[in-house]
Amino acid sequence: MKNTELETIEEKQISTFDRVSEVLIAIFSRPSGMIGFSIVILHIIIAIISPLIVPYDYKEINSLIMLKPPNETFFFGTDQLGRDVFTRTLMGGRIALFVTFFGTIIAIAWGGFVGIFCGLVGGKIDDIVMRIIDAFLAIPWILAMLLIVVILGTSTQVLIPALGFFYGKGIVRVARAATHDVIARDFIMAAKARGHGNFSIIWNELLPNVRDAIMVEGAMRWSWMLLAFSSLSFLGFGVSPPTPDWGLMISEGRGLMSFAYWSVIAPIVALSSLIIGINLSADAFAKALGIDRTQKAPV
Amino acid sequence: MREIIQNIKNLSIGFKSQDGREIAILKNISTSINRGETVGIVGESGSGKSTLALAMMGFAKQGLYPISGECIYKSKNLLDLSDRELEKIRGKQIAMIPQNAGQSLTPNLKIGYQVEETLKLHTKFDANERSIKITELLNKVRLPSPNIMAQRYPHELSGGQQQRVAIAMALAGNPDLLLLDEPTTGLDVTTQAHVLELLNEIAKDTKTSMVYVSHDLGAIAQVSHRVIVMYAGEIVLDGDVRQVLRSPLHPYAHGLLNSIPKLSLPGLPAAMPGTPPQPDENSKGCSFYERCELAIDRCNSSKPELKSISNSQTKVRCFRHDKLEEKELNKKADLILPQKSSEQRVLNLDNISITYARQSILDQILNRFSDKNITVKDIDIDIKKGETIALVGESGSGKSTILKSIAGLLSIKEGKINFKEDVNLSPDVRHRTNAQLRSIQLIFQNPDESLNPSHTVEEILSQPLKLYFGLNGKELKNSIIDLLKKVRLSGKYLYRYPRQLSGGEKQRIAVARAFAAKPDLILCDEVTSALDVSVQAAVLKLLQDLKNELGTTYIFVSHDLAVVRAISDRVAVLYQGRLCEIGPSSAVYKYPSHPYTEVLLGAVLEPDPDLKPKLAAEDIVEEKPPENGCSFQGRCPRVIGEKCFKETPPWQISNQGNAIRCHINIKDLLKNQS
Repeated sequence: MKNTELETIEEKQISTFDRVSEVLIAIFSRPSGMIGFSIVILHIIIAIISPLIVPYDYKEINSLIMLKPPNETFFFGTDQLGRDVFTRTLMGGRIALFVTFFGTIIAIAWGGFVGIFCGLVGGKIDDIVMRIIDAFLAIPWILAMLLIVVILGTSTQVLIPALGFFYGKGIVRVARAATHDVIARDFIMAAKARGHGNFSIIWNELLPNVRDAIMVEGAMRWSWMLLAFSSLSFLGFGVSPPTPDWGLMISEGRGLMSFAYWSVIAPIVALSSLIIGINLSADAFAKALGIDRTQKAPV
Repeated sequence: MREIIQNIKNLSIGFKSQDGREIAILKNISTSINRGETVGIVGESGSGKSTLALAMMGFAKQGLYPISGECIYKSKNLLDLSDRELEKIRGKQIAMIPQNAGQSLTPNLKIGYQVEETLKLHTKFDANERSIKITELLNKVRLPSPNIMAQRYPHELSGGQQQRVAIAMALAGNPDLLLLDEPTTGLDVTTQAHVLELLNEIAKDTKTSMVYVSHDLGAIAQVSHRVIVMYAGEIVLDGDVRQVLRSPLHPYAHGLLNSIPKLSLPGLPAAMPGTPPQPDENSKGCSFYERCELAIDRCNSSKPELKSISNSQTKVRCFRHDKLEEKELNKKADLILPQKSSEQRVLNLDNISITYARQSILDQILNRFSDKNITVKDIDIDIKKGETIALVGESGSGKSTILKSIAGLLSIKEGKINFKEDVNLSPDVRHRTNAQLRSIQLIFQNPDESLNPSHTVEEILSQPLKLYFGLNGKELKNSIIDLLKKVRLSGKYLYRYPRQLSGGEKQRIAVARAFAAKPDLILCDEVTSALDVSVQAAVLKLLQDLKNELGTTYIFVSHDLAVVRAISDRVAVLYQGRLCEIGPSSAVYKYPSHPYTEVLLGAVLEPDPDLKPKLAAEDIVEEKPPENGCSFQGRCPRVIGEKCFKETPPWQISNQGNAIRCHINIKDLLKNQS
């Protein structure tokens, strides 16, 4: 008979780094995650280094080379003001990515917190907050965004919190639902019985269990927010000219599309590839975490 | 020669692991089922017993596939048949009764309709004949007024009645073989005894063969003719029920029987060391080698075959079974010595009433109390330092409700909870002081639920240490390692997640977390009911050891009367949220005086085929407690008249020290018991 219970070898702690790399490996091992993640990373790298690599100045207007089709000097052709479409496409994602990235962080932070809190306390507070969220969900986002932009201007300081607020509402619902799944379990009751406060329970017991759901939802919201930001630019309420932006470029080139398709094709491909990339990665991310979650006990 | 219904030859079932290896869950199973025979398959979780039962109807759970072997039914190998061919056999010739009937019945179809569906599928009756047959079937499973029952929805039936409906549906096709997968596991003791009784009669009447899968040797003993003991996907023992349960010839079966607490034997059962091997551990020798007390070198190097023993039907997979005969069965590891129970009071429940009903606004304003069928009422218990008091009862008896209100998670409506000598505990956990919170700790039923899956063992145990003692750094870590040692685990578990632990280890962590607070009182809510028997014995032993060491007081809630017998000093029997009987365990178990205690103890199943349960009361289920009179009036076999329905019975104390609440004189009650 072998006594297995009194071995004193100390096992190594699994560090956060190990956990992150485990999830990344899981994402990259599926084709959708591999493709999606590569696209997103490529976009982010281009956004960061594009000012250094673009061949021309994005705002240089030249009336002699208006609406030239793609050729070896202008890979994607030129637009109606004679600006290089390749340059403008490479740089066109910078502001969109910046605004929506920080917008998503704000959305996750407030949406996640409010959702978990409402799920935990329940009762009247939950009822009131959720009805307010429902009311906001009923307002078409574009109307509300336009109102905000008209009143407060189109600076990034306005857009980031405004988008963050609007896209956090959905996260509130997801976080609350995820919390309800966890809240009925005995370890929450154990924490209550020990006398932990609400914030300690949220931070220590609930957050680690609903984090996955919130992160995945946040990633999905990111792609929606990107689309929303581009729509605002398209309508003329996002980025102001001559700053390059995909939404704005599509809007400007729209009228000439029938004979100068190249001025809109490039930003459309760029924008949609980024959104598809984010969606694919969010999907693979969810599945990677799902695998992690269903790991069963050995016995 | 008896007719063989199903013949299983060399069956292996397994799955492909992520790295492409073939891992067997069932290993070379060969056995056969005879006509009219009931075979009990017993084993702990993960032993492959359910997989074997499913294979008998040509089914493998998702991800599993047959590796080799055959399941022969009527000269056809079920594992080779197409789905279309299997459809004709399943349900009609081989039927299955699932564990949880409540979940296997469609909630929005009437019972009669669901039975009729089965009849439509498997018989050629016309509508008229079918309706007659439905009544006949429901009658056969002894449901009261079958015609009314047929018009009901599943949720209107009690758990036992739902199980009966499932049996009726299984019988609809007049099957040759009935597979039962833990059919009574979720049921109350009294209901379980009735369902088993019914199964026995059906087996006798219809000559149907049955395969009864269960972890519960008590239930197996009541129904089976033959018992198969499984361990790690192998049959280790196969023989006549009396042979297997009286003088088991395999060390695992021997250990299993020894680790079951029994009503007839007070004291803690002997625990089995170790845990079963993982399916992917491939050893050359006997799968039980690691845990076997009789193991010799040969057991590790070569695998024993399942061999018949001369002059009996028994087959055993062990080299050294002959050595087992010398070993004594029903040996107890520890007898609990009568506690030197001090007179110091830890907790006093003073006339507590609890209700789940919401008060109307008017009642709230007038501060009055309108719920007539109050969930828990008049609970008066004094708990002394160092004793283990058990609250016993069936589901709905309010035992967990009382625990929750002691923990402050559920507020009481009337009465007081007094802590130690004179401290009045607030009914709300948020208004208790840190010291009060620390001194009362809870251990939950299912460690999978009570341990946060995203915390490591270290994080789990540091919660109470940080909260109550403000420890951190080196000091915190040392305390955690001390705690792990206390529950017989080593420091290597520090960074494991609950999913990386076995059931018993998880519950040990839960116990360690409760003891981290250095509490005076620990509330144990069904702490062993989610565990396997061999693990249960070890956890009970741990709780007892810790109590002896630290002088903790336990309030132990359980539905398992044998477990309570093993660990408690005092027992309180509850029915419908009212106390029926309270007294020292020895007295309550030896002289159960209250009619309900008598019924409850009578229904307990012992792992002995000749000890039949006594079925005194009906197994009807009452939804809410009665407004007036005795709580047990609805089911009591000894009702004496109007008095029982109108007046709350008075307390009576017997010479042995147990107090009961009954209108009948306690001496007459004892006399009446046969």
